[in-house]
Amino acid sequence: MTTATLITCLFVFVLASFVGFEVINKVPPTLHTPLMSGANAISGIAVLGAILVSGALGWNISIALGLIAVVLATINVVGGFLVTDRMLLMFKK
Amino acid sequence: MNWTEFLPTGIQLSYLVAASLFIVGLKQLGSPASARRGNQLAAVGMLIAVVATLLEQQVLNYTLILAGVVIGSVIGAIAAYRVAMTAMPQMVGIFNGLGGAASALVAIAEFWRLLSLDLPLSTTALITIILGILIGGVTLTGSFVAFGKLQGILPGAPLLFPLQQPLNALLLVAFLVGSVFFCIDPSNLPVFLGLIVASLILGVAVVIPIGGGDMPVVISLLNSYSGLAAAAAGFVVNNNMLIIAGALVGASGIILTNIMCKAMNRSIFNVLFAGFGSEGGSGGGSASVGTQQTVKSIDPEEGAMMLGYARSVVIIPGYGMAVAQAQHTVKELVDQLESMGVEVKYAIHPVAGRMPGHMNVLLAEANVPYPQLCDMDDINPQFEQTDVALIIGANDVVNPAARHDKSSPIYGMPILEVDKAKHAIVIKRGMGTGFSGVQNELFFQDKTLMLFGGAKDVVAKLTSEVKQL
Repeated sequence: MTTATLITCLFVFVLASFVGFEVINKVPPTLHTPLMSGANAISGIAVLGAILVSGALGWNISIALGLIAVVLATINVVGGFLVTDRMLLMFKK
Repeated sequence: MNWTEFLPTGIQLSYLVAASLFIVGLKQLGSPASARRGNQLAAVGMLIAVVATLLEQQVLNYTLILAGVVIGSVIGAIAAYRVAMTAMPQMVGIFNGLGGAASALVAIAEFWRLLSLDLPLSTTALITIILGILIGGVTLTGSFVAFGKLQGILPGAPLLFPLQQPLNALLLVAFLVGSVFFCIDPSNLPVFLGLIVASLILGVAVVIPIGGGDMPVVISLLNSYSGLAAAAAGFVVNNNMLIIAGALVGASGIILTNIMCKAMNRSIFNVLFAGFGSEGGSGGGSASVGTQQTVKSIDPEEGAMMLGYARSVVIIPGYGMAVAQAQHTVKELVDQLESMGVEVKYAIHPVAGRMPGHMNVLLAEANVPYPQLCDMDDINPQFEQTDVALIIGANDVVNPAARHDKSSPIYGMPILEVDKAKHAIVIKRGMGTGFSGVQNELFFQDKTLMLFGGAKDVVAKLTSEVKQL
């Protein structure tokens, strides 16, 4: 990684953080738990990184670790979105 | 432009769509009417991002990756449908930990790949790898300790020992020194493994001194870390999608942490380092409420009379109600009261459950419509016009000492001002104290009536007595 790409990444990170603060700031307390478990599912985005590092053919330590990460992150993603949906179904007027 | 040329552009455009869906999804999660669609939009965004990544040229290992995805999906789906709503904090805790672990593994695997290719590793690359391992590792073990405390596997009380903070500081310094060595010579494996182990120990060290009552803050904070861990992994593999999604989650976790801290009138520093509820507690509060004071106790029949003939009733549910699984019984009582023309609302304190908004989910599960659930700021001005405040399994959040007793450990914490209602009925097992270890002066006031017994049992008796009115 060069310094230039690092700076670009930092720009993306900081701007996305501001977007996050703005978007989430006004969530009513009723929805805090679903918001947290939904956000939690999004943090399973690490599955993308896991797919990238385990993408090559063959076997080595990197690929093995990457595949473990694929399983863990997928549990996070699928479980997170489904349990959030289950909770939100219960919220009725 | 042919297919191979278009593919990388297409993948990046898909990421852009996915990131937008995450943002719109989170936005829609902010209102009860659109929340479900918001969650689904975010899920679609995730699907798009995963499919786009599978199309990357370097990804060839389809069989194994898809096997991993299937295994993870099955485990995740089973967990999502089996978990009891009371156990949501533990579930989110575990998921945070898994996300953190995945991010740390990505950083480790990428480092290993670069090292085995004999490519030169820049210092910036090494620093991102160190950060990925640190945040991911701390999230992993911290979340599992939080899970253990919430599940009752580990003692809920803060675990404190002599020289704890100097030892933690030493561990952190060791990590920093190790990081410098690692940047100088990345091929030194013992140093690399040492960094991994140190970050795992740090996660445990950060969470064990925090008491069970502070877990809502810890879960929110770890949620934020799991996002930051994903963002750090994004820096390592140079992927904007991970950085954006991680930053969004990091921001949401920080906001919720802040809300929880405010609701308990504590600074985040105080939560993390004070070992609250271990020794302090009992001192100031119990001294001001002398033992000579007596409480007035009533039976369910008298309680039912008061509720049945009231114009307005506010119910204050606490975690005690959830533990007793009394929410469905409470809903029956409320239905009965409403059929008799009593106006009933629920007052929800921000830390009523074990995680932000937990009580709302538990009541929603019992089919309580969400417009009946009032936030602290909305309901407090209404207590003066309330005939009966019915407190079920809540304690510290209704202690008036928080307003005036400067010696009380909960002084300054925003509370539900039930002492302003005409009467307060407290359903409680005995005279035990809440998380803070403070005796509650509300119980000794003239207008407070105690209804001793298990929440589910007492509420069921109240319901049948109300029916006979």
